[in-house]
Amino acid sequence: MTLLAIDWILLIEKLVLIAIIVFASLGIALYTTFAERKVAAILQDRPGPNRAGPFGLFQPFADGLKLIMKEEIIPNTANRSLFILGPGLAMTAALMTCAVIPWSSHVELFGRNIELQIADINIGILYVFGVVSLGVYGIMIGGWASNNKFSLMAALRAASQAISYELAMGLALIAVLMVSGSLSLKTIVDQQMEPGRLWNVAYQPLGFLIFFICAMAECNRTPFDLPEAENELNFGYHQEYSSMKLGFYLFSEYVNMIMSSAIMACLYFGGFDIPFLNETTLAPNLAAILGVLALLTKIVIFIFIFMWIRWTIPRFRYDQLMNLGWKKLIPLALLNMLVTGAVILYLQG
Amino acid sequence: MAGQIEEKHMQALTNRSKEVSRKPMSFMEQLYLPAILKGMAITFSHIFKKQPTIRYPEQKRPFSPVFRGLHVLNRDEEGRERCTACGLCAVACPAEAITMEAAERLPGEENKYREEKYAARYEINMLRCIFCGLCEEACPKDAIYLSETFAPANFTRKGFIYGKNELLIPDPVTEPEAYQKARGLKEPTTASQN
Repeated sequence: MTLLAIDWILLIEKLVLIAIIVFASLGIALYTTFAERKVAAILQDRPGPNRAGPFGLFQPFADGLKLIMKEEIIPNTANRSLFILGPGLAMTAALMTCAVIPWSSHVELFGRNIELQIADINIGILYVFGVVSLGVYGIMIGGWASNNKFSLMAALRAASQAISYELAMGLALIAVLMVSGSLSLKTIVDQQMEPGRLWNVAYQPLGFLIFFICAMAECNRTPFDLPEAENELNFGYHQEYSSMKLGFYLFSEYVNMIMSSAIMACLYFGGFDIPFLNETTLAPNLAAILGVLALLTKIVIFIFIFMWIRWTIPRFRYDQLMNLGWKKLIPLALLNMLVTGAVILYLQG
Repeated sequence: MAGQIEEKHMQALTNRSKEVSRKPMSFMEQLYLPAILKGMAITFSHIFKKQPTIRYPEQKRPFSPVFRGLHVLNRDEEGRERCTACGLCAVACPAEAITMEAAERLPGEENKYREEKYAARYEINMLRCIFCGLCEEACPKDAIYLSETFAPANFTRKGFIYGKNELLIPDPVTEPEAYQKARGLKEPTTASQN
């Protein structure tokens, strides 16, 4: 009977948490699409969507409805099963990241101590990396299965871009790991919350910059949106897609953006830490709620910066993209790693 | 000299033109970041700029006093139709958009039509009309003028052939408010001095 000796309540607790986090992420992503349009409009002296509901707040639902009602087209030369798999994979990979993000400390409910994190695994960052590199499969499979030369070209671009920038991203991360000494995101956040210790961005400013640029490239955001370059590849890897499959691709980009913002907040900006406040003095439930709000605020700020950059600068040329990735960011990340190591050795010795 | 091409600079129209610099980028420029931050500062400043947008159905842009919109068939102060179906507007129309049929006023219709002859049918094809206003200029009776509205969208071509129903201004005696609204701000007088 030892096989059945599972903590059933823990299982239920985790399932509820998963449901809440997945739906909350999707809800935020829904409104990120709206925010994108609003931010674009405001930066360009326009009012933006303002017809559906008060201040246009129902616009994302109208967009979603439109996408669902559109005709679903699968080209007859496409590889049917892979064509359907592509957007699903992109979406799954985007959502999987949220499993290891510590959304806040713990809450005490019904006499139980509930951690607001789906899984505090000791290889958290490694897991994030694995999932992020899975994300490129969604694009690759979709682009290949479409049987369209533009889609394939875009997919190839996406793959090469992801590989190039993951390297620099990983190197920037190693410096963070050297500072914190742990791969668990929860531990990294807890360390930054300790009184008298600054956020990691203070110790790793260059590392953060590299990570930020790479995160932008990983999300295929402008200026790194070569995979969907409208003017040269028509629409990139999702050119043959229609209806909700297209919606999934577009949506996964926003989910990715939220997740990378959350990861950046956790790694460099203290996660759910509220600056200048010692959370241990508060009641645990209140601290947890404030922590969630603090993390969300940080995520919103990052998303705004993503959008702000998108509506400011044009796209890189392909050779510039590769140049920046291989000849600038990787050497800089290596240097950052080296300097971090030297300083840590000096402080210890 | 034959075969030799002398390079001459074109005469500059302004003193604002700049030579294109082909110098390789300096280290700071290669970093991209200063330029990007500058650009971001510019876009950020646009958050606080006033939007020039006119939110159309709620807000309308004022038309110029010489704007030529949809035609109106005018009535006089007693609500009688001014048009006598003389056909001068149709003759003047360069797009041949106007057609009409004349009819004679019967006894007892003096309160409906100003003169002995009137237009029983009066049609303007809004798809042909170029809104030049020559009909307004041609009319000796001050019966047609161009208002400040424009033709709304329609689903059929037929819907754009406006008859008397659409063109005739509301009666100033029975419906003074609708009359004022249709009349607009513009004075319907261009040819009445004659």
